[in-house]
Amino acid sequence: MDHIVIIGNGISGVTLARHIRKLSDKKITIISAESDYFFSRTALMYVYMGHMKFEHTQPYENWFWKKNRIDLVNGFVEKVETDAKKLVLKDGSSISYDKLVIATGSKPNKFGWPGQDLNGVQGLYSKQDLELLEKNAPNNKVCNRAVIVGGGLIGIEMAEMLRSREIPVTFLVREKSFWNGVLPAGESAMINEHILEHHIDLQLDTNLEKIISDDNGRAKAVVTDKGETIECNVVGLTAGVTPNIDFLKDSGIELGRGVKVNRFLETNVKDVFAIGDCAEQHEGIGSRRPIEAVWYTGRMMGEALAQTLCDKPRKYTPGHWFNSAKFLDVEYQTYGWVFSERSKKDNEQHFHWRHLSEKICITVAFDKDSHQFLGLNTFGIRMRHEIFDQWLTENRDIDHVMTYLRDANFDPEFYKLYEEEIVAKYNADFNKNISPKKKSWKRIFSIA
Amino acid sequence: MGNFDRSMSLAGEPPKALNTGQKLAVLMGMTGMGILILQLFNLNLGNTALWLSVAILAIFTGIIWFSQAAYAHKQKGIKNDGVWFKSISSRGVLAWMAGIALTGFYIVLYFYPEYLGLVKDGDNTGLIALFDPLSKGLSGNPASQWFVYGTMYTVAILAFGVKFIWKYRHNKYEQLRTVSVMFFQTAFAFFIPEIMARLNGDLPYYDLKNMWPLNYYNFERYRINGFIDSGSVGMTMLFFGIISIFVISPFLTYKYGKRWYCSWVCGCGGLAETAGDSFRQLSDKSKFAWKVERWVVHSVVVFVTLMTTAVIYSYLGNDTSKYWLTKTVFISGVAFILTAVFAWVMIYKREELAKDAKYGAIGYFTIIVVLIGMHFFSDSGNIFIFKAETLRSTYSFLIGSIFSGVIGTGFYPILGNRVWCRFGCPMAAVLGFQQRMFSKFRITTNGGQCISCGNCSTYCEMGIDVRAYAQKGENIVRSSCVGCGICSAVCPRGVLKLENGPEKGRINSKDVLLGNDVDLMDLVNNK
Repeated sequence: MDHIVIIGNGISGVTLARHIRKLSDKKITIISAESDYFFSRTALMYVYMGHMKFEHTQPYENWFWKKNRIDLVNGFVEKVETDAKKLVLKDGSSISYDKLVIATGSKPNKFGWPGQDLNGVQGLYSKQDLELLEKNAPNNKVCNRAVIVGGGLIGIEMAEMLRSREIPVTFLVREKSFWNGVLPAGESAMINEHILEHHIDLQLDTNLEKIISDDNGRAKAVVTDKGETIECNVVGLTAGVTPNIDFLKDSGIELGRGVKVNRFLETNVKDVFAIGDCAEQHEGIGSRRPIEAVWYTGRMMGEALAQTLCDKPRKYTPGHWFNSAKFLDVEYQTYGWVFSERSKKDNEQHFHWRHLSEKICITVAFDKDSHQFLGLNTFGIRMRHEIFDQWLTENRDIDHVMTYLRDANFDPEFYKLYEEEIVAKYNADFNKNISPKKKSWKRIFSIA
Repeated sequence: MGNFDRSMSLAGEPPKALNTGQKLAVLMGMTGMGILILQLFNLNLGNTALWLSVAILAIFTGIIWFSQAAYAHKQKGIKNDGVWFKSISSRGVLAWMAGIALTGFYIVLYFYPEYLGLVKDGDNTGLIALFDPLSKGLSGNPASQWFVYGTMYTVAILAFGVKFIWKYRHNKYEQLRTVSVMFFQTAFAFFIPEIMARLNGDLPYYDLKNMWPLNYYNFERYRINGFIDSGSVGMTMLFFGIISIFVISPFLTYKYGKRWYCSWVCGCGGLAETAGDSFRQLSDKSKFAWKVERWVVHSVVVFVTLMTTAVIYSYLGNDTSKYWLTKTVFISGVAFILTAVFAWVMIYKREELAKDAKYGAIGYFTIIVVLIGMHFFSDSGNIFIFKAETLRSTYSFLIGSIFSGVIGTGFYPILGNRVWCRFGCPMAAVLGFQQRMFSKFRITTNGGQCISCGNCSTYCEMGIDVRAYAQKGENIVRSSCVGCGICSAVCPRGVLKLENGPEKGRINSKDVLLGNDVDLMDLVNNK
């Protein structure tokens, strides 16, 4: 019987294990040095903020693993010997495998800043990072100010976490507007405003030069490229993540930034696979990047590879792009592709609507010539994934999206509806005469 | 002490700390409580109407002030910072103290009302005397322990209702729902019965929204007599009580799920959602707790059905010439209704039931066998050896007092705010059964957006592991769901939506979520 060994107990590794168990009786072992049981990394922020206890981040009760015959090993893999099909752990023990899956996720980027390894300087990715932050910034007496470097999703989450303990936060963002490499200008500007509303000292167009140490090797201040010195006790490095694959250097497995895999998630070495954040496609699929450090892509790779490992070879074929995030109090969802001004192609045109007073807006991307609907960003209005997925599959045009926008609304009952306003603005902007259709259960559920 | 600060101090660091406004507000509310507590010791304060007003106003204002200090200066959004750090909301020392105090209060209320100042055949003293002016103003009668309790209950729902609305000021569903429970408590549970008592002294006290089997005593002999003796008003109320459970409630539950009752109308639900909101995260989400829940709550349904049947049976006659509803007609009617429900479920809803079917069957047959036994082996309403009255008083003691009051509310700070609703309420079980089998209500999961963070499960007061469904892309169709909407509110990714839609496809099951390629979804889901 095949012994499948998975390194990493995150969402991709665990999804893979669950699906292999559904399909087969193979022996499954998951190795992790981070935690005994699978937990949801995305929820770590809520533990620090006191919304949840760590145990609440664990999606399965502890008996689940034994019941499903998934062996859990708490250990750190130091070496992979692909010839002997063997793993060597830090404690000297070894584990043999028939099939090996690398699902080790990411680690925070460090770009060689002076002082980046001082005490009090940390990223926010792992359970250990959370424990470290609890030590570095338990309250605003111990941590008088924190500086966060890097204006992405983890940066803004870290700012929110620290603010929940009323710790003053300075947020250094390289870009001229928050996350504007991804978000179109109107949305990015709205989030800038929202960050300020939360009393976060947002410094745009500002880079970190160096971190200054005190006498004990602790960070005591940062210096920015504007020449400003900011005193602080904690520096959060949140300038993106990079695959966590150092232990594979001499394994003979082909590495780029991540573990190089083909569409079947196979590496260059037979019986060795990679999934999740640490896997790097030889070429990006569609408009996706070769490395996708996203929760649901990790899950989908797990789902796909389980089929392959159970003798039903399946390519990893992600469907239409989607994602979501929350910026402090503003929820964000995206379906299809909406590119920022920085990266959008010539044919991509945007329709943007923003509420007069609330932090609510949407941007719809469409093809300038064919008017084909390309994607939508929505802030403060929830939308139905299934509906957009279908519209994208059917190559609908933007007029269709505007006409039936009400079907896509996923806000809780009794929420104020904005479709009328949105469509009125669309009609005015593009000289159209569309009247929005009422919501139809029939249309909605013929899809879902 | 470890890393945890188990002190009872209200200080500590943010988000655990209370700000100055909150501290002063606590002081004000506690002053109001203090006045009431002093009354327990029969301190004669003089002008009772004045002191009662001062006490209630201080409590009410204290709670509103606290809410204002807690939420007004913050951006609207989810306000759960520090919930698991605060002693009161994380089973800390304060929570235990509050739990013990509440439990003690319920024990005195149910079993030793004389300590509250209740005097039979004489003027009340102590705390109850303090409420006499208000009671006399409303119904004309002196206060009882139940009037004191009802008044405080209403004050709690109103004041903490305002707090809840403030907390969820970005969420229209939560606001409307809360306004609704505040209205039903104030009008239906508090004012209308008092005023009806003033207008017609023979009418039994009747909170119209409180239907059987939650209102387990509704069909007892003294009440039936009271209804009948009060002429057409009484008969209308009796009729309303019967169609509530057999017509109105099934219809509304079909259309909207049991939430129309449990989190929009019900008084128990009203208290849980307002005063109990700070404890919703304490409910047990384990699979074991779910198993216990199903056994216990359905046993209560069996118990209440038997008890009510036995009680009604015991006072009916045998002579058809006197009244058409005789013991035989009644017992056959009950057996017929139960058989009809059972047959309908077995024939049309077998798939929804799955393995729960056999438990349902056991419950059903228990009732039928006992009913038949009751009819043929006894002639005075005994069930074998138990008298109907014994059954009634046992139910009233075990379920009506201990379970719903002492445990149900007294243990809020330890077991969560819906212990009664989840494990004990027969009404919730009946509505839940229907919600699972025959309703348009579901919580829809939004495609592949779930990130398994667990906020939904943590804040589900009914202990449903919402995430277990959401992360599989499955709709949540659970009999215990009271539709409070908090899972949807706390979800950071907009994954959950309470809605009433077509029954087809309501219960779905997906192995692969939306987002992966279509072939893989077909392959796995249609295997």
